[in-house]
Amino acid sequence: MGSLALFFRLVGASIGGQARYPASALMLTLGQFLGSGIEVIAVWALFHRFGDVQGWRIGEVALFYGLVNCMFALADALGRGFDVLGTEFLRTGAFDRLLLRPRPLALQLMGNDFRISRMGRLLQGLAVVAFATQQAGIVWTPAAVAIALFALAGGVALFLGILVLQGTLSFWTVESLEIANVLTYGGVQAAQYPLALYARWFRRVLTFVVPLACVAYYPALAILGKADPLGAPGWMGIVSPLAGFAFLAAAFGAWRLGLRRYASTGS
Amino acid sequence: MKLQDLVRPYVAAFASRFLQMLQYRTAALAGFATQCWWGGIKVMVFAAFYGATAIAGASSPMSLAQAVTYTWLAQGLLVLLPWLGDPEVAQAVRTGAVAYDRLRPVDAYGLWFARSAGWIAARVLPRVALMAAFAAVALPLMGLNEWAWQPPAHVAAGLAFLLSAMLALLLSTAMVMLLNVAITAALNERGISAVATPVVIVLSGNLMPLALLPDTWQTALLLQPLAGLMDIPARLYFGQLSGWQAIGGLGLQVFWTLALVGLGHFAMRRTMRSLQIQGG
Repeated sequence: MGSLALFFRLVGASIGGQARYPASALMLTLGQFLGSGIEVIAVWALFHRFGDVQGWRIGEVALFYGLVNCMFALADALGRGFDVLGTEFLRTGAFDRLLLRPRPLALQLMGNDFRISRMGRLLQGLAVVAFATQQAGIVWTPAAVAIALFALAGGVALFLGILVLQGTLSFWTVESLEIANVLTYGGVQAAQYPLALYARWFRRVLTFVVPLACVAYYPALAILGKADPLGAPGWMGIVSPLAGFAFLAAAFGAWRLGLRRYASTGS
Repeated sequence: MKLQDLVRPYVAAFASRFLQMLQYRTAALAGFATQCWWGGIKVMVFAAFYGATAIAGASSPMSLAQAVTYTWLAQGLLVLLPWLGDPEVAQAVRTGAVAYDRLRPVDAYGLWFARSAGWIAARVLPRVALMAAFAAVALPLMGLNEWAWQPPAHVAAGLAFLLSAMLALLLSTAMVMLLNVAITAALNERGISAVATPVVIVLSGNLMPLALLPDTWQTALLLQPLAGLMDIPARLYFGQLSGWQAIGGLGLQVFWTLALVGLGHFAMRRTMRSLQIQGG
């Protein structure tokens, strides 16, 4: 069986397993929808009380917000295997079994536990994008759709890269550390607001170290047809999602280093 | 029997769980790092919104300094919130160890209540201390005074806050007990906490100060039970509630704690009657 076919087989098996407990899957999906949706309340309440912020209106901010949540939902569904690598694979020794199979390790981990419940966050993100479309009067021309899809792909790559780094870290700690939540959930949190609101050093971090702004802020500006108040050129949003792929490639570089150092826990 | 003898098993249950949970230092450090990041973002967003409108001071019921302090306070007290049941209870129910608890000659509700309170207190104290060291001491030293956690309005406000935080611990434990009972009945904690968490974060005021939500909701927001977990203690801290209002706020916390303890007691008795012990 080819690698890709195997991946889809794994995803299918994982979804089938969760579908055996429909009430639980539904409850978790609802929880994800509500849990990721509460930030909408914060954004909405702030705009309700204070009005526009530095020339940004709620519809425009909603576009960042919706896009980032869609990206993270997809990456989180795919990257679950890396997320729990320490506790469920390394410590138990189940990782050795994956290594023995003559198929790419990353694909096996990605197909390992494809969470249905992440659709809750995805639906929430799509709903907010629809709200943004209506509020900010976004016209979804083919060019805008193309930018959005490219940004989405770059964003999924970036968040997946963060999860791969989290998994890599557990080669050293043999534990899944929640410290990566700073970049995953915290990254979603940071990218939900326009980059221009933040302090300068934080903007640099979000552009050059963890390029969240490259997959959300700049593409969204291009879709909105809005000039960057910080003066980035207009074409920035069209090429910047590439940074997400570069981040993923770098993450896999670190992953190979960690893998080389892997010695089974022996259990 | 003397009172001292009566409460001794519960005090012991509290103390042992408290000391046990204090061992998890890495978890506290990881949580602390996440909460600093989270708090930092919130502070920057508040600063942007407050800075954007010249009339911000007038249109907002709290100043920027208060909103910033509130943010750090909320991050420090994050694990005070009742968003999941005590994992030890869920485990006891799943493995059948709950049978031992049923055999002990003490009130089952009281025992779990004392343990859950110890579990919460041991997680809150190190985190709130770290957060205070970071936001109230380190940030001003770094010259970021406008981002720092400010001291309470006055001494009386500080004392009222401490009392209110203590009541918040009891209130939170009463809610955790309801979650414990629900988990015992349903044997599944993930689904329950997935739905409970967002409700708790919004209505307790952890997401953002309840005072910043729309004005027309304010009365309902203040009266609902979850306000006593975070928002009422914070209002006392800022001296926004004083005199009779302060007593009213504390009274509200006491009222909801007693009501939820009563409800939990009743629900637990019913659940325990139909509980089937798993395993052997």
